[in-house]
Amino acid sequence: MIEQQVSGTVYGVVLNDRASLARIGSDALEAAPYKGAPRAPALYIKPAGTRVPGGSVVSLPAGATAVEVGATVGLVMGRAAARLSADTALEAVAGVVLAADLSLPHASYYRPAIREKCFDGALPLGPVQPLTDLASLSLTTRIDGEVVETRSLADLLRDPARLLADVTGFMTLAEGDVLLVGVSYLAPQAVAGSRVSVHAEALGTLDFSIAGAQA
Amino acid sequence: MKRGRIAFNGAVHQVTEDRGQVRLADGRVVAEGAFQWLPPVEVGTVFALGLNYADHAKELAFKAPETPLVFLKGPNTITGHQAHTRRPFDATYMHYECELAVVIGKTGRNVAKADAMDIVAGYTVANDYAIRDYLENYYRPNLRVKNRDACTPLGPWLVDRDDVANPMRLALTTRVNGITTQQGTTADMIFDIPTLIEYLSSFMTLNPGDVILTGTPEGLADVKAGDVVETEVENICCLVNTIVDDQTWFANA
Repeated sequence: MIEQQVSGTVYGVVLNDRASLARIGSDALEAAPYKGAPRAPALYIKPAGTRVPGGSVVSLPAGATAVEVGATVGLVMGRAAARLSADTALEAVAGVVLAADLSLPHASYYRPAIREKCFDGALPLGPVQPLTDLASLSLTTRIDGEVVETRSLADLLRDPARLLADVTGFMTLAEGDVLLVGVSYLAPQAVAGSRVSVHAEALGTLDFSIAGAQA
Repeated sequence: MKRGRIAFNGAVHQVTEDRGQVRLADGRVVAEGAFQWLPPVEVGTVFALGLNYADHAKELAFKAPETPLVFLKGPNTITGHQAHTRRPFDATYMHYECELAVVIGKTGRNVAKADAMDIVAGYTVANDYAIRDYLENYYRPNLRVKNRDACTPLGPWLVDRDDVANPMRLALTTRVNGITTQQGTTADMIFDIPTLIEYLSSFMTLNPGDVILTGTPEGLADVKAGDVVETEVENICCLVNTIVDDQTWFANA
C-alpha cells in the first residue's frame, strides 16, 4: 500500500451546514433566477497553488487586508471514485486532513470566487491522517490565541459519506484528490499579522500566520 | 509546430503533425484509428471564462462583466479529440462552447499585460460543454453544469505561440453533424489574452500546463445523443466530439 498524499485537486463545498444556510438567509437563497437552497453540493475548487503546509506564512493578494478562515476537514481519496453510494463511500477515503480554507471576504456566493479563494497559499493543510469518526468532530479556530469559532461537523447537512455520494454522482474523484466537507458562511476574519490555528481533538492543530499583501 | 499526445501501443507518446500525419518522436507515422488522442498537455489548473464575448453575454441576457468571470475545472472533465461526451437522460439543454484555449508555458506571477504573451506556450481548442438544467445560483456556473467527467474536450493539437500571428483575430466555428451553428471571432473577446493573464497572475502563480479557456461567442444550440460536434479555431485545429446517451456510456457498467 502506497501511503496516500494529497496530490490531486481539492474540492470544497459551501452552505453544507444548517448554521450557514440560516446565516445567508432566505433573500439570498430565494434570489432569481434559480431560486432555492442548493440542490446539488455547492462546490468550488482550490487549485494546486493554494496548498501550503502548517507553519506557513500566507501573504494576502494586493489590496486585501483580511481573510475568512474556513476551518474544515478534507477527505483524501485513496482511489478513483465515481457513483459511490453513501453506505460504502468512506471505503474510498484513504485519510483526512485538517484544513483552513482561506477566502477574501465575500458575502455573495452567486459567482465563482476565484480571486477570493484561489490566491497563492489560500489552503493551509495538515498532514494526511487516518480516517477518524467525523460525525461529531469539533473544530476550534483561534486568532492570536483567542477562540473565534467553534463548530461541530454534527451540523453538516450532507455528512461526509452523503457528500461523497452526491459529488461522485456527477464527477469522478481521483486518487489523491481532496473533498473539503464544508466551511462556515462568513467565517471569522484574520487580518495581516495574525497568528491563526485550527484545532480538532482527533487531528491536532494546524498553525499558520497571515502577512500583508504579496509582493 | 503542432504537438499532440496519444495513447499508442501501451504507452503515452508525444507526437507532432507532419503534413496532416501524426508522427511519433522516433519517426514512425501512426494512422488515425490505430491510437487514441489524449489532451495535448497534461493540464494543471484549468481556468474557464464565462460571458467573455459581448454577443454571448447578450444571448444569455447578462450584462457583460466588469472583471473577468472566471471559474475552474478539474482534470476529470478534460478529455481528448474524438472522445465521447455523455448527455444525461434528464438533460433538456446541453450545449457546446467553442473556445480558444491558451496553454501557459512558463511560471508567471504579477505578469504585466505587456509581458503576458511571454509566458504563453501556445494554443489549442476546447469545447466547454454545459448542461443548463443543472444551473444553480451558487458559484455559478456550478460544477454540476461545467465539471462533469469528459465534458471538456481539448485538442487535438497544441500550436506554438509563435506560429499564430494574431490570436486575437481567429475565426471560431462549431458544426453539428456538418451544419454550421456557431461562428465568431476572437476579436470580440471582452477580456483579451494579455488582460486575462495579468488578472489571474495578480493573485496566483500561473504554471506550465495551466490552461485558460477564453470563452465562447453566440450561437449555442442543444446537442443530442449521436450528434457529432466539431469545434474549430482558425489556424489552430478542429476538435471533434460525439454525444452519447446514458445507455451507451454505461453499456458495460
